[in-house]
Parts: sequence; C-alpha cells; structure tokens
Amino acid sequence: MTAAAEQIGQWLFEFTRQEPAEPWLQHLRERAFARFSELGFPTTRDEEWRFTNVAPIARTSFRYCSAGMLVLKPPEVAELPEEEYKRHLGQHAAFDRSAFTALNTAFASSSVALKVPRGVFEKPVDITYEASSGAARGSNPAAPAIHPRTLIIVAPGAQCTIVETYKGEGHYFTNAVTEIVAGDGAVIDHYKVERESPEAFHIATMQVALGRSANFTTHNISLGGALVRNDIGVTLSEGAEATVNGLYLVNGTQHVDNHTVIDHAKPHGTSHELYKGILDGHSSAVFNGRIIVRKDAQKTDSKQTNKNLVLSDDAVIDTKPELQIFADDVRCTHGATIGQLDAESLFYLQSRGIGKAQARSLLTQAFAQDIIDRIKIPELRNQLEKVLSEKFHERSNY
Amino acid sequence: MALLEIKDLHATVGDREILKGIDLTVEAGEVHAIMGPNGSGKSTLAQVLAGRELYAVTGGQVTYDGKDLLAMSPEDRAREGIFLAFQYPVEIPGVSNMYFLKAALNTIRKHRNLPELDAMDFLDRIRQKMTAMNMDQALLNRPVNAGFSGGEKKRNEIFQMAVLEPRLAILDETDSGLDIDALKLVAAGVNAMRSAERAMIVVTHYQRLLSEIVPDYVHVLADGRIVRSGGKELALELEAGGYAALGIQDEAEAVGKA
Repeated sequence: MTAAAEQIGQWLFEFTRQEPAEPWLQHLRERAFARFSELGFPTTRDEEWRFTNVAPIARTSFRYCSAGMLVLKPPEVAELPEEEYKRHLGQHAAFDRSAFTALNTAFASSSVALKVPRGVFEKPVDITYEASSGAARGSNPAAPAIHPRTLIIVAPGAQCTIVETYKGEGHYFTNAVTEIVAGDGAVIDHYKVERESPEAFHIATMQVALGRSANFTTHNISLGGALVRNDIGVTLSEGAEATVNGLYLVNGTQHVDNHTVIDHAKPHGTSHELYKGILDGHSSAVFNGRIIVRKDAQKTDSKQTNKNLVLSDDAVIDTKPELQIFADDVRCTHGATIGQLDAESLFYLQSRGIGKAQARSLLTQAFAQDIIDRIKIPELRNQLEKVLSEKFHERSNY
Repeated sequence: MALLEIKDLHATVGDREILKGIDLTVEAGEVHAIMGPNGSGKSTLAQVLAGRELYAVTGGQVTYDGKDLLAMSPEDRAREGIFLAFQYPVEIPGVSNMYFLKAALNTIRKHRNLPELDAMDFLDRIRQKMTAMNMDQALLNRPVNAGFSGGEKKRNEIFQMAVLEPRLAILDETDSGLDIDALKLVAAGVNAMRSAERAMIVVTHYQRLLSEIVPDYVHVLADGRIVRSGGKELALELEAGGYAALGIQDEAEAVGKA
C-alpha cells in the first residue's frame, strides 16, 4: 500500500466504526468519504496549500471522537427543522474540491443545526466545541479527531450575533465546517475564536451565503494551535454587505493560514476585508485573499487590507491578494503591509519614561487595537487584550 | 554643580558628523536658547540629550545631575527628569493619550518613590493643566497625536511637560508651525513652568519665540559647533542682522525656505 492509501485506510476504519445514520445522511456521508478517498490530503504541490504543509496531519493516526459541545442561545432560536437540515447540509460548503470538508461531512454527527427566526436578538448564539483530551487515554491511544459541523439558517430580516469558539487540551485534530445562510435583509455579527491547545491541529471551513441586502460581519480570531488553516468563503447577492475581518496572534512555531474568498455574484455588493497579524518567534502565517467579481456584479465596492507586524527576525509571512474581476463598473482596492515596530514611536514612548519592554508591548497592542475596537462583545475584547499583553510581553523591571 | 554639563560632544548619523564638539553648561533655574540655521545640529543636540539611538555619540561627555547621561537609556533619562518636547510629535494610533500619559507619569512617580495614581487622582491632577493649555478633554481619549492639528500636537507636548514636571526641559522648535495666538499660549505654558529648580533649553530657528520665552543665555550653533554665546540681546542682534551678520550661511534662507 502507498502511504496515501494507508492514511485513507485508517480513516476508512474509523468511518466504518460509526453508527449508521438515517438513509439520506448515510448516503451523504458515503459520498463524502468516497470523495475524500479520491482527493487524499493536499500537499504543498497544490497551489491552495503551497505554504501550509498538512503532512503532520496526514501521517498521524487519529481516532474519531465526538466533540464536547456547549450551545447557549436565545430561546427563540430552535433546532433546524429536518426538512431544512436536509436541504442545506453540505449545500454551501461543497466537499467536491476539499478533502477536509469531505472528511468532515463523512463524519458529520456532532452537529449544531439552528434556525434564527425573524426578530432582533441581543443574546448571542454561542457555540463552543471542545476536544476532550481525557478521551484520548482510553483503550485506543491514538489522538482524537473531532469534526464539528455547524449549520445556521438566519431568517430574512433577523438580526443576531453568532460566536463559535474552538478549544481543547493536548494533542488532537479539529476539522470544522460551518455553513451560514443569511436570508434577505438579515444582519449577522459573527465571531470565530480559535483558542486551541498549543499542540492542536485546526482546519476550519466556513461558507456563508448572503441573501439580498443582507449584512454580514465576521471576525476570525486565531490564537492557539500548532497548525491552523481557515478557509472562509462569503457569497454576496444583490446589495449585500460583508465585513470580513481577522486577527492572528502567533509565536513559537505556530503556523496560521487564512484563505478567504469573497464572491460578488450579484450587483451593488460591498465588501470590506481587514486581516491583521502579529508574528513573533519562529511562527509563520499565510494570508490569501481572493475577491471574485462576477460578470453580473456591477457597482461592486470591495476593499481588502492585510497588515502584519513582525516582531522577530525568524517569523515568516506570505501574503497574497487575488482579484478576479469580470465586471467593468466596479471599485476594488487591496493592499498588504509587513512591518516592524516603529523606532520613532518607541523612542517617543521611552522619552516619556515608559520602559522599552512596556513601550514595545503598548505598540504591539496598539497595532491590533482597531480590530479589537470593532468587536462588540466586551468579554471577547477583554480576553483578546489579555492575550495580547501576555503573548508578546517581554520581561523587564518596569 | 551644574545640572547639565556638556563637554566636547561629537555625534554622527551614519557617516556624517553633525555635532563637532559642543560645550555647554546649564544651571538649575536657567533658560538657554540655542539658535542656528537649519542643518546646524540644533535638533540633533536635543535628540542626543534625550537618548535617540539614531545618533551615535563619537566623543565627549555629558553629565546630568552628577551622572553620566550618555550611559543612560532614554526612559531612565526621562525618569531622572529630562523632557524633550518634540519638533515633530509622533502619532501613535491605538494608544490613547490618557493611557499613555498615565503610564508615563506613574513610571516617573515610581522612580521618584511616589505612590502611583489611579485614574481618578490622575484626572484631578491634569484637569487644571489641560485648561491652562486650552486642551479639550476629548483629546485625552483620542490616540496619541493621531489626527491632531500641528498646533494641538505642540500644545500636547507642553501639556505633557506640565504633567511630568521635568527638571530639564528641552524644547525642540516648539514654535514651528504655530500661529501667533498658539505661540503665545504655548509660551505662557512654558513660562508658568519656569522655576529655580528647573532648567530649560529652547531650540529655535527664529527670535519670535524668545520674545515670549525670554532666555537667560543665547547660543548660536553653526555647523555642529557653538560659535557665539551671549545674553538675550544676542537674539535681537540675530533678528536684526540675520545669521549672515555673524558670518553664518543659512541653508534654509539660501534656498528660499522658511
């Protein structure tokens, strides 16, 4: 057997151990597993994975585990009716071109499937997935793999906040897929907070479909994990508005790869994208932002920015915009920066008595401040400020 | 013992020597003006005294309050009471003016073995000083200097000086970019800080600031050296005859810039 076949064989063993689902779901899972077997894990020869080597995931034997789940929500937000679940599951995050999405779909069971009805909801839909390390010490010594699957259908005109948090302890693999469908005129404020363990692998796909004049804001926050990849896709209907922001804070040997695709399918759409990263130690990060403006999507207004603050000589960032514009009456701008702490700003702070270490820490936090200021959940803002001050703090007397 | 004693100070940036042997003694309570054409080394001297690493000191000594100033980090100089009012105050988006100034004051207070101030005490302490500098309290919540007008930036520098209460204040071209009303306001702020314990070095290209902040001594810097020293009347002499009367080529005027 080849190495690739052997890797897939292990997943097949885990796949067949699952309890069979009802026929329509079992059929979907089987198709997904078949597709995963055909695709195999991507390698750095695949353009989409050039800077992210998933060999450490491919060569590890994982054991399928259900994720620990905690869902807090407004009472009006109910389980998705079966008919809608059937209609939407796997329809937005397609598995034909993504081995990880296929693998998730093959194991999709630890699902959160919700329907947000029309109305304005202050209290967020708050979903936490946790990989339990305790389960790893059972009879099977293999590290656990969890495949969290989230599907949220937001009714036309509804306004809600959605928070997804991923965490865990020890060595494990989180392979998450989230699908969000926003009805016409829906307003969604979405946060994904990745604070996995330092040894964890985290691969996540989110696919969002926006109805006419829907307004979707997402903040994708990457804090933990050894190897992290986010694939975020947002498709805009006529007059829809998407704000796609991200913040990655990495040190040590962490690797975080963010691939985003903003697809302006219809006219009069607006998208703003701001991704910021702070890199220290030997960490590495990738930003790949694709903006597609389809032939029909006249009057599109799109802006993409990626800014990186590199604190050490050994950190590496690869940033790449990809504009695919097929309409002629559009405005699209993009820009990327990679910089270090500004020497003049450092001196200014020091000249007022602030120690060099504190000055560096202040400026590092300041770099991320505009993203943090846009976060509307106070607990999350505080948590991020704490991570920022601790993660990049240098020791000094004062 | 003099508060500040500079002996044969040489400094370079890159391969270029900017300061070519400066000697200057400043006693507590004195105000010294340093005048000179653009490119003479005035700002370099100010920055070297504050500890800017961009400049390499290649010779000479600076003693401040009996200590070797050149061996101290910029933050230690500030904690020991040196304050530089920047010619071009730096904009720092993401750091609020209030947070910045409170952090600065508390590190300096800690160094002086004074208790740190909490937010309420801090506000009480600075409110009157803000009013004196005609600063809107809203400026406190804005990021440091970000989006401030030129005049607001300069007023913010003098306001910081008033809050941090230095022993040696170095004002680097504080008059540049100010209209006459703003200039008078800034000068009033500086004059209010004059005391027997505090010394000031006022770096300026023009005499007009010195009509408002009247110095005890005036030094003329040209090509990295002090070429003339005298009382306040020296500034008037320069006003009347220009640097040319002292046989000094003013680069800025030579190319027609202000």
